[in-house]
Amino acid sequence: MKKKSVLAAIALITSTSGISFAAGRDHIEIVGSSTVYPFATVVAETFGKRTKFKTPKIESTGSGGGLKLFCSGNGINTPDITNSSRRIKQSEVELCAKNGVTKITEVQIGFDGITIANAKKGNVFNLTLKDLFLALAKEVPGKTGGELIANPYKTWKDVNPELPETKIEVLGPPPTSGTRDAFAELALEGGCKTFDWIKAIKKQDKRKYKSICHTVREDGAFIEAGENDNLIVQKLEKNPSALGVFGFSFLDQNSDKVKGASIDGVEISFENITDGSYPISRPLFFYVKIDHVGKVPGITEFITEFTDEDAWGEDGYLTEKGLIPLGEDQRKAMAESARSFKQMAIISE
Amino acid sequence: MSDTTTKIIKAGLKKRYAKEKRFRFFGLMSIVISFVFLLVLLISIFSKGWSAFQQTYVKLDVELNEEVLGINKFSNKDALFSARYKKIIKNSLKKKFPGVKGRKQKRALKNLVSKSAQYELRDKVLKDPELLGTTQSFWFLAKDDVDVFMKGNIDRTLPESNRRIKDYQLAWIDQLIAEDRLEKRFNTQLFSASDSREPEQAGLKGALMGSLFTMLVTLSLSFPIAVAAAAYLEEFAPQNNRWVDLIEVNINNLAAVPSIVFGLLGLAIYIGLFGVPRSTPLIGGLVLTLMTLPTIIIASRAAIKSVPPSIKQAAVGLGASRVQVLFHHTLPLAMPGILTGTIVGMAQALGETAPLLMIGMVAFVAEVPGSIMDPATVMPVQIYLWSDSPERAFSERTSAAIMVLLAFLVMMNLIAIVLRKKFEQRW
Repeated sequence: MKKKSVLAAIALITSTSGISFAAGRDHIEIVGSSTVYPFATVVAETFGKRTKFKTPKIESTGSGGGLKLFCSGNGINTPDITNSSRRIKQSEVELCAKNGVTKITEVQIGFDGITIANAKKGNVFNLTLKDLFLALAKEVPGKTGGELIANPYKTWKDVNPELPETKIEVLGPPPTSGTRDAFAELALEGGCKTFDWIKAIKKQDKRKYKSICHTVREDGAFIEAGENDNLIVQKLEKNPSALGVFGFSFLDQNSDKVKGASIDGVEISFENITDGSYPISRPLFFYVKIDHVGKVPGITEFITEFTDEDAWGEDGYLTEKGLIPLGEDQRKAMAESARSFKQMAIISE
Repeated sequence: MSDTTTKIIKAGLKKRYAKEKRFRFFGLMSIVISFVFLLVLLISIFSKGWSAFQQTYVKLDVELNEEVLGINKFSNKDALFSARYKKIIKNSLKKKFPGVKGRKQKRALKNLVSKSAQYELRDKVLKDPELLGTTQSFWFLAKDDVDVFMKGNIDRTLPESNRRIKDYQLAWIDQLIAEDRLEKRFNTQLFSASDSREPEQAGLKGALMGSLFTMLVTLSLSFPIAVAAAAYLEEFAPQNNRWVDLIEVNINNLAAVPSIVFGLLGLAIYIGLFGVPRSTPLIGGLVLTLMTLPTIIIASRAAIKSVPPSIKQAAVGLGASRVQVLFHHTLPLAMPGILTGTIVGMAQALGETAPLLMIGMVAFVAEVPGSIMDPATVMPVQIYLWSDSPERAFSERTSAAIMVLLAFLVMMNLIAIVLRKKFEQRW
């Protein structure tokens, strides 16, 4: 009796687990970067309204998480497209290849500027990348060359006599965020490189160089404010002496509350990011699994919508949401390679 | 002798009274403090959120010009579907405000009306092609910036550079108000539409349906399993058996496990091993079942235990089998307690986001889910997604969504209390 019921239970469990969910899918599945998410979702929504296809489902997993899912296999239960706020890494291409994802199309959709901003009523900041590095790195060069000391700077004036005498207090994203990666890579490393002897380390010991340039101080001057950029804007408003680090679209939406600092003499603006003169901007991408084209309805049409002038052009609806578009020629070339699903050449770092 | 005792007591009396007074004071203060916190929270949510229940509409005279659209009454459905309604809206705005020059201003003009206007117009024409060639007045959704301004969240006394609405836009809006072409109405959109990236079009229907389906899956799985487990452990399991003790300890521990762990488990087992599709109410329900099981089992066991043994013994004495005793007497008598536990467990599951993060339910889903296999989000996830959106108008919608979720939670808890009050039996 007892044995029978146990057997029956086992049979029940195995039979239910045997149900397969691999049947076809009628909507596109997209994963990836939270920075690209606001843009991809607008395209998806317009695509869903304008055509008769279903609206794609978009998960915000972060660039790394997205590529991991994307590369986890070639089956229909894996995502069709992944968004990324950085280029795919060699290790990820290898992971993809290992799992049978060999044909990928890379599409660059534009740029994102990273803002260093403070409250409207606060001081005007004209920062350089070097100032940012000296103010925020964990260890900074000491008086004698080749020596690193724990960051002694308390106010911006200590860093650079031309800056206001306010406490260094910067609200920024946590290390899990792509914005933080880009900030470390472009702003901190950019300032770090201005010291020749540190730059020289790069050739000998890449890891040491990275740890010098990318490590943010932990004594309370840099405050991790969580992934929510709205929160940073709110906090800046309440604390006029603090600065915040976030994406350009949030500055664009909150221009009545906060203002962006100029970096290396270049003001943050739509035009300056577009022409590349604003130094802290990064390219945004998405990657398409070519093998899914034709299996999941609408991929071709979705890419066409995304690469339409109406969407990513200078007057398109994506720029309204804060995307910095590519140049006109670049857009043309990119649209062509995207729509013909040009296979990505394997890049090496 | 007795004299000294009273002395000692009297000497300490003042201190003891003071101690009691202090204790009462502390107790009262803690209640006051928690009430103040609750009040501050509720006030901040309600004061921000109530305005989201209204939405600004704008009235436009649209000339459904057949030439501009490139279609006529006799065109087929596909042609009607893909005609250029955007142009019609643009023309109507241009006619209303002639002489707008410059890229920036033209764009601002276009942005008085929500992007949904062209699709609304399309649906109207599809429904009634006779409209073509006529001029009609329709109310359309106003763009989020206009809406925010109408609700008084943009200060027009600020210098122009600090405002999202510029002077020329203000002039347009003032003209529209003067002509009674701007109107605030109850925001039905909030309940009838699904998620959107345009705040004025965004609604909660998708999330509400997603929550409903997820809760259905959770309820239909966790209730029978939990009740069966509780009944077995209480009534049939051998007493003082080491295995039974082990299981009991584990169930109690499970109730204290952080919910994200269940999400990881769901990711590894349901998605990884069994291939359940991500982002569906099915996987959400399966994971939340794991989370609510211990809560319901513990409550059910307590309820079953509280049924007096005399009733069971009487039934046995009259010749009922143990299963009969369970189904005819114990369970019906324990049901109010079991249901209360279930509702509390479900309310907990309704407000959960952390485990859903791992299984892909934190996603943009614009279609209203129609079954447990369609992609979906749930209410708390929708709140999280809106709170993270850059558009200003989403902040009031975030608060409004919290209000809706709170209303559901309060309702569920009320039902639990009513059930308990109504059916509770004292022996």
